[in-house]
Amino acid sequence: MQSQSALSRLGRLHSGTAWAVLAVLAVVALVVVPVLHTVLPQDSPLYMPGWMVTLAGRFLCLALVALALDLIWGYTGILSLGHGVFFAMGGYVMGAHLTRVAHDDGSVPNFIQWLDYSDWPWYWAGFESFAFTAVMIALVPGVLAFIFGFLAFRSRVRGVYFAIITQALTFGGMHLFYRTETGFGGDTGLTDFDSLLGFDLAQAQLGLFLASAVVLIMAYLLCRWIVTSKLGRVLTAIRDAETRLRFTGYDPLRYKLFVWVVSAVLCGIAGALYVPQTGVINPSEMAPPQSIEMAIWVALGGRGTLAGAILGAGIVNVVKTWATSAYPDLWLYILGGIFIGVTLFLPHGVVGLLRRRKEASQ
Amino acid sequence: MRTTAWTLCRALTVCVLLALPLTAAAMDSADERVQELDENPEAAAERELASVAGRELDAGTAEVLAGLATTDRATLEQAIEQVAALQDPEALPTLFALRDRRLYFTDDQTLIIEDSDDGSLREAVTGRERPDLETSQLSQPRVTNTVRRALRPTIAALQIFSDDDAARRAAADELAENPQPELREAIKRAAEEEDDAATERLLNIALAQLDLDSEDDARRLEAVKLIAEVRANRLRSDLAAMTGRDDDGNYVEPVAEIREAAAAGVRAIDRRAAFASFASNFVYGLSMGSVLLLAAMGLAIVFGLMGVINMAHGELLMIGAYTTYVTQNLFALLAPEWFHYYLVAAVPLAFVVTAVVGILMERGIIRFLYHRPLETLLATWGISLILIQTVRWLFGAQNVAVSSPPWFAGSVQLMQGVSLSTSRVGVILFAVFVVALVWYLMNRTRLGLEVRAVMQNRDMAAVLGVPAKRVDMWTFAVGAGVAGLGGVALSQIVNVGPEMGQNYIVDSFMVVVLGGVGNLLGPVFSALGIGVTTKFLEPAAGAVLATILVFAAIILFIQWRPQGIFALKGRAADD
Repeated sequence: MQSQSALSRLGRLHSGTAWAVLAVLAVVALVVVPVLHTVLPQDSPLYMPGWMVTLAGRFLCLALVALALDLIWGYTGILSLGHGVFFAMGGYVMGAHLTRVAHDDGSVPNFIQWLDYSDWPWYWAGFESFAFTAVMIALVPGVLAFIFGFLAFRSRVRGVYFAIITQALTFGGMHLFYRTETGFGGDTGLTDFDSLLGFDLAQAQLGLFLASAVVLIMAYLLCRWIVTSKLGRVLTAIRDAETRLRFTGYDPLRYKLFVWVVSAVLCGIAGALYVPQTGVINPSEMAPPQSIEMAIWVALGGRGTLAGAILGAGIVNVVKTWATSAYPDLWLYILGGIFIGVTLFLPHGVVGLLRRRKEASQ
Repeated sequence: MRTTAWTLCRALTVCVLLALPLTAAAMDSADERVQELDENPEAAAERELASVAGRELDAGTAEVLAGLATTDRATLEQAIEQVAALQDPEALPTLFALRDRRLYFTDDQTLIIEDSDDGSLREAVTGRERPDLETSQLSQPRVTNTVRRALRPTIAALQIFSDDDAARRAAADELAENPQPELREAIKRAAEEEDDAATERLLNIALAQLDLDSEDDARRLEAVKLIAEVRANRLRSDLAAMTGRDDDGNYVEPVAEIREAAAAGVRAIDRRAAFASFASNFVYGLSMGSVLLLAAMGLAIVFGLMGVINMAHGELLMIGAYTTYVTQNLFALLAPEWFHYYLVAAVPLAFVVTAVVGILMERGIIRFLYHRPLETLLATWGISLILIQTVRWLFGAQNVAVSSPPWFAGSVQLMQGVSLSTSRVGVILFAVFVVALVWYLMNRTRLGLEVRAVMQNRDMAAVLGVPAKRVDMWTFAVGAGVAGLGGVALSQIVNVGPEMGQNYIVDSFMVVVLGGVGNLLGPVFSALGIGVTTKFLEPAAGAVLATILVFAAIILFIQWRPQGIFALKGRAADD
């Protein structure tokens, strides 16, 4: 009985077609990419070199960020311009673990020595264990989001005010981590990693890509589960008419806080997966422009559609990777143009456009 | 009316678009002119003083100066002492030349000075030019550190009778730091003649310091009291030493009365130091607050009154600063004789240029998004990226050099131990001017009346014949123009570069959110409050941590008063 109801719940997550599309994408990520990377000979035109696998893995992490942001902005109507701070917190936790692993011979990195510590400071304790790190990846951004969200939502800070305060949060975080005395490497951040869970990072591209893909699929299903549940209906109600919802007896605080923390934790996980693939984490990840750029991924793809968020993150980052190397002077024009064009002409994003096409043709 | 305004807008747009590439091309050559015109006035004054051309010394001075023509160190020191005893300011150019190793002498002991300006060789006594000589044929006195130590108070002793106020003060400062007993009478005479209060104080400190070592009890007491009276911080340790005991347990100062006076003096100096540090924190805080206020004032109109989230606000500041730069260079090219007053012209120009950019933004993009604040945020962010890249393309990615006019150089001493650079004082005064201007625009003009009407009740204002959409445009233009004024101020105190605006966007929003939207008094209080709080936290926490603490404090403050310091009451507050 129990299993049957769980199955029917899964069925309600998606239509049959959507499940099929998801399955196809999962197969592409989990089977086709490994085959292209490992089985094909290197001179084959379809061979996928290691850097491309890493690049794809990084895009998957950024898609996870877009997913987290869509949950809070697209569905609950709370625009955060500070998700970079949660991403960076996850990244720093993973970076701390990798730094400790790289220094398992008892030495300490230079930036610790410069602070006149002979040993690791107390807040670096525990990061030599992966299990502890895994817990902290969720806990650090989660607790930060909980405290911040509780204060902000309790005093009913909404809309643009909330957006501005989140921006101050990430701005403050950036300045805090730029200080060398904070003990996380100052402006160079954490780098010089060598291995994760015993695997050499230089050889682990495919493993990290697969981990990112699995996490993204699971996170997608989790978000889908949230937005199709009764909780999801309440979230949408908060977005559309918060005051009315409050008068019908709901307390928006706990719903907002829940989805805010979930979003922050997803973002932290994305950061943790991102760092071993880029090999560095530094405070510039918390710069306000980074966080604002995240919002445009969601807006371009289509707010309030999870697939749209992933699609938007993909489009912007592919274009960015291409443009910053091919036409570096034009990239800001392109990005600025996307910002203006999407808000003026594509209020529902690419997915909204496709949907309208489909309805018009029917 | 409507058509006139439109024609004006179009004409201005065309002008701006045409002018941009032209000015950008002219900027490179202009930069060099700016460097020539922007000369340090203090250096010029000292050059004047050191110049020997056309001076004739009297025979007595000439005879003493001739003693400097020696390579022997001991003789040289003796000669310097003799020059000091002479007390003739005419000897100064020769001493400067000695200090700067520009003094030579011929085989027949004629002193020759190498002019610091053109390198010509002149006789020290007559000022006559000697084109027949070359430095390689001449001998030079050996200037060792001992000589230099002897030279400094000598120069000071001569300079305290100079006609130039700044030169006298510098001399007095040197003497207060390092008084020579043999100069006591000279210092005393100078102190009696001096009419500049600060210089007189320094001379008195020098005298008191000499008297502290005197054998005469009355003189010592007098000196201690004087030091206490003028709160001479640099002599605090001397006074403190007088109250203690030496290694044998005897008092350093045998007379009890003087000991007590010294202890009282130490306390007085400490109280003054505490007050001075409080006052300087406060003044620096006000200075930082007025920078914040200038940066945020335009946003207070655009966001506070209109509710438009203008993320390109920082770039409007940047455009204001670049307008200042262009004005400076145009002055250097076209009107060098007025160069030092280019700032005066930059203020209205920056207002107009940023207002035009603002009108283009409002008409082109923002007006389509009035009911969608979050979309406005993203669109204006896009505009800001495009503006940054455009400025980079026109003026290059590097910072550009904006020079401060000479009447903005130097510093103002507000009280003993608290001085503020003149440009900072100028920024504070400019902030007052901008606030007054905005107040006038909003409360005493037709436009201001219409802006307030539209803000309070848009539909009712429209029904009564206020053209709401046009008011939107002009409000945005004024907000952008005020941001341009902020940019002029910023150009004088920070680096001007394409990304400079991004540093101010978060700060500006914090000011407006904390101050509360819909009024102009709020931002004034919140900007000054943030500035002063940050400066008081800085000594204990460090600059970065202070900023973070202030951010945290703002977030907590919003808990207590979600609508800011000055919340609107009534219908307008119901959002």
